[in-house]
Amino acid sequence: MKKIDALIIGAGPTGLFTAHQLSLIGLNCEIVDNLDKIGGQCIELYPDKPIYDIPAIPECTGEELTNNLINQLKPFNIKFHMSERVDEVKNNSGNWEVKTSKGTKFSTPNVIIAGGVGSFEPRKFAPKECEKYENKTIFYSVKDKSIFKGKTVSIFGGGDSALDWAIELSKNSKINLIHRRDEFRGAQSSVDKVKELEKEGKISLFTHYQLKNVKGSNNLESIEIEHDNKELKNIKTDYILGFFGLIMQLGPIVDWGLNLDKKTIAVDTEKFETNQKGIYAVGDISSYPGKLKLILSGFHEGALAARACFKLARPNEKYRFEFTTSSKTIKNRLGVKE
Amino acid sequence: MAKITYIENNGKSHTIDVANGLSVMEGAVQNNITGIDADCGGSMACATCHVYVKEEWFDKLPKKEDGEEDMLDMAFEPKKFSRLSCQLMVSDDLDGLVVNLPTKQV
Repeated sequence: MKKIDALIIGAGPTGLFTAHQLSLIGLNCEIVDNLDKIGGQCIELYPDKPIYDIPAIPECTGEELTNNLINQLKPFNIKFHMSERVDEVKNNSGNWEVKTSKGTKFSTPNVIIAGGVGSFEPRKFAPKECEKYENKTIFYSVKDKSIFKGKTVSIFGGGDSALDWAIELSKNSKINLIHRRDEFRGAQSSVDKVKELEKEGKISLFTHYQLKNVKGSNNLESIEIEHDNKELKNIKTDYILGFFGLIMQLGPIVDWGLNLDKKTIAVDTEKFETNQKGIYAVGDISSYPGKLKLILSGFHEGALAARACFKLARPNEKYRFEFTTSSKTIKNRLGVKE
Repeated sequence: MAKITYIENNGKSHTIDVANGLSVMEGAVQNNITGIDADCGGSMACATCHVYVKEEWFDKLPKKEDGEEDMLDMAFEPKKFSRLSCQLMVSDDLDGLVVNLPTKQV
């Protein structure tokens, strides 16, 4: 079990800047995020979209903002735990014991939830029968492509993931690519490649179709797909892959005894603390009267929550407010030479 | 102002006066209509404000802009008359609009 001053859940802009604020005032922290990349929604949803309301930055993309925040954190060597979801948060005589999906354990007086709109999970197929085959023959991501060798794989979706996997797996498998319309949002070069492979007979393309049902007993045997005009088609298949992007779900957070308001967590506006002492919520996931879901609000909330963390992490010390322009201590922490 | 009718998947119907300039999504969220999540807050990034527009209304609405159809690929059970309600801006022209809500958003 790792003992730390604060644990941050969420590596989006708010989580990153909160880590910076904690480090500036001399507290150590680590960050856990369910995604495999740092940046949260900025990277997952709009890496290329320009943002115009970050103070002092007239225009930047989600990716640029994330890179700048990562650079700003460099002096502090923050440890990130990516592709890990915080599953359990339990109180043990004043400290929070936290366990992640990979079994990493922390003990800390402060947990800061900077979770945006929850954790990203793959969007799944609509028919209920699909659950039975999930992670056996129905997948929403590819972990081991060797299992598809020599098999028939039906891929659903119209984005880059669907196209890229259709192209890649067509080398060793029979591929059906099924999409709800005849336009694809993936890269044009991939679309061209798929059409080429269709001509060569390596990919069967079914557009204007969606999954209606899956059939089989213990093993998946076939899928039934439905055309916009209601016509049904039955296709034999060994595996199904669905690439419909990600959705955001609050996930295990609902079980931590916090006051929830729809998909947000109620906090005070002094410490951004929840109804549980030492658990804070900042950024989009927090709610209080007048809350604005802006990145700049998350920065402010993180800065204040960090000061509140100091009291619990250093109960015998007094927090001194200092400016980065003048404080020697802070400059030392930043590694700046005078 | 436009009267907009939201019909939940269980058949429960809500008719609400929505001010011009708001989106059909905001009209639902501000009036606590369950069935429209709008996780991303209207930035066309999540497809959780997905609605089925009544057929006779579909062609009267402003056409989808780039990106909406892409997001609809990710919606739960998209159909022919699917729209993202965050992209439907309310004006007097939308008076009487009826939208059906999907069984779920995620």
